[in-house]
Amino acid sequence: MADPWSLYNDKVVEHFKNPRNVGEMEDPDGVGRVGDPVCGDVMELYIKVKDGIVVDAKFKTFGCAAAIATSSMVTEMVKGKRVEEALKISNKAVVEALDGLPPAKVHCSVLAEDALKAAIENYLNNSPSPL
Amino acid sequence: MRRIYLDHAATTPTRPEVVKAMLPYFTDAFGNASSIYSYGQEARGAVEEARTKVAELIGARSEEVIFTSGGTEADNYALKGVAYANERKGNHIITTSIEHRAVLEVCKFLEGRGFKITYLPVDEYGLVDPDDVKRAITGKTILISIMHANNEVGTIEPVEEIGEIAREAGVYFHTDAVQTVGHIPVNVDELKVDLLTISAHKFYGPKGVGALYVRKGTSLVSLMHGGGQEKKCRAGTENVPAIVGLGRAMQLAGPEMSKEAERQAYLRDKLIKGLLEKIDHIRLNGHLTRRLPNNVNLCVDFVEGESLLLSLDSEGICASTGSACGMASPEPSHVLLALGVPPEKAHGSLRFTLGRENTEADVERVLEVLPGIVARLRAMSPLLKTQK
Repeated sequence: MADPWSLYNDKVVEHFKNPRNVGEMEDPDGVGRVGDPVCGDVMELYIKVKDGIVVDAKFKTFGCAAAIATSSMVTEMVKGKRVEEALKISNKAVVEALDGLPPAKVHCSVLAEDALKAAIENYLNNSPSPL
Repeated sequence: MRRIYLDHAATTPTRPEVVKAMLPYFTDAFGNASSIYSYGQEARGAVEEARTKVAELIGARSEEVIFTSGGTEADNYALKGVAYANERKGNHIITTSIEHRAVLEVCKFLEGRGFKITYLPVDEYGLVDPDDVKRAITGKTILISIMHANNEVGTIEPVEEIGEIAREAGVYFHTDAVQTVGHIPVNVDELKVDLLTISAHKFYGPKGVGALYVRKGTSLVSLMHGGGQEKKCRAGTENVPAIVGLGRAMQLAGPEMSKEAERQAYLRDKLIKGLLEKIDHIRLNGHLTRRLPNNVNLCVDFVEGESLLLSLDSEGICASTGSACGMASPEPSHVLLALGVPPEKAHGSLRFTLGRENTEADVERVLEVLPGIVARLRAMSPLLKTQK
């Protein structure tokens, strides 16, 4: 019925079991919500920006282990990055940082990239003097 | 860590008694059942003895049992075999929207080749309405194929009533009994079926072997052409050890069945009751009483099934889900959708199927572990907040 999770490597499983940066954020500077519960995954990503640098990131995710692990990883990757650098984080980079995902699960990493982009766009739209 | 296997609808461990019965047919009694010398005759005797054991448990005559490579082949044979043998009489087949893929995919294949298929709906408990079957029959209907019990939600279909309708209409009736044979009583005359699918590995027999019951006089064409084995119905050298294993598993199941079903139903109900008490926002799928004794299927709101499975697995508990993340199609279980379960809830479905080796302690362990897993996943789910 489900995809064999045995194909997940140790790093993915570790991020699934102990996800970093879980939770909502009070007064975020940007919020991105992507996905659809009907399709089985929804990701919400919150960022805090100070002087053009992403100083904090948090997430909430409904989805499979790959969706949760990529959420965890993308929030780790974005912290400390300048906003313009953060926009360049690709799903491929997230997958590589997790040492790979099963082919059928790569689409979950697209969700992570999309959530991050949505959060940054939300920040840029709200910010009086972006970047 | 102690592992708790709760996925018996997927497969079961082969019983040691079954393995023991099979072993001689790999080595000492290795003969080809078609050979006339003693090695061959030993093998032939074993195959026919197994055929008798299979026939006995389902109330059939041994010559009505054809060995196959498993449930999928038996389903393929029943549907394609009847369809192509009767295409001059008609091209209409009636089935349901909750059949196993071994039936649904064959129906799709036949649809592409000029056959017309009616996929009957089911109610919210997974039950087919026999009146729907009656209304769907036309002058062109050649076959009705409706499963005995559903593999995902465990609903037991009103096969006897449908059999009566099929018989009155003079239409062949096939049932996929993969989830019931060896677990609850199955009698081909009481069920009024013409064809019935059996799979050994679902009741502690080996994988790779099954059988199709074919009522005498049923016309169907062979799918396998070759050496004329199985009375020219299914060519290919008989898989003697596997067939012996199937026979032995059937023989063992018979006397133990009712007591074991009662025991599993008790554990099933304890698990259902416990989970409904300990976890909020969960719902039982399937029928409350017309239910396989070993089946528990629930939707856990706000979380996704694979995450549940992986979390359970790290506690040593093996279960199953109707979620589809990462599968070829993004659609969750066709069975749950047919029951009217919304897709976002179907993604959070969880199935436990009990077996012989499970104990009350196993059920208690699930009850101890699952609430925490659900709470952890819900804490990171963005859906719970929006539902508040």
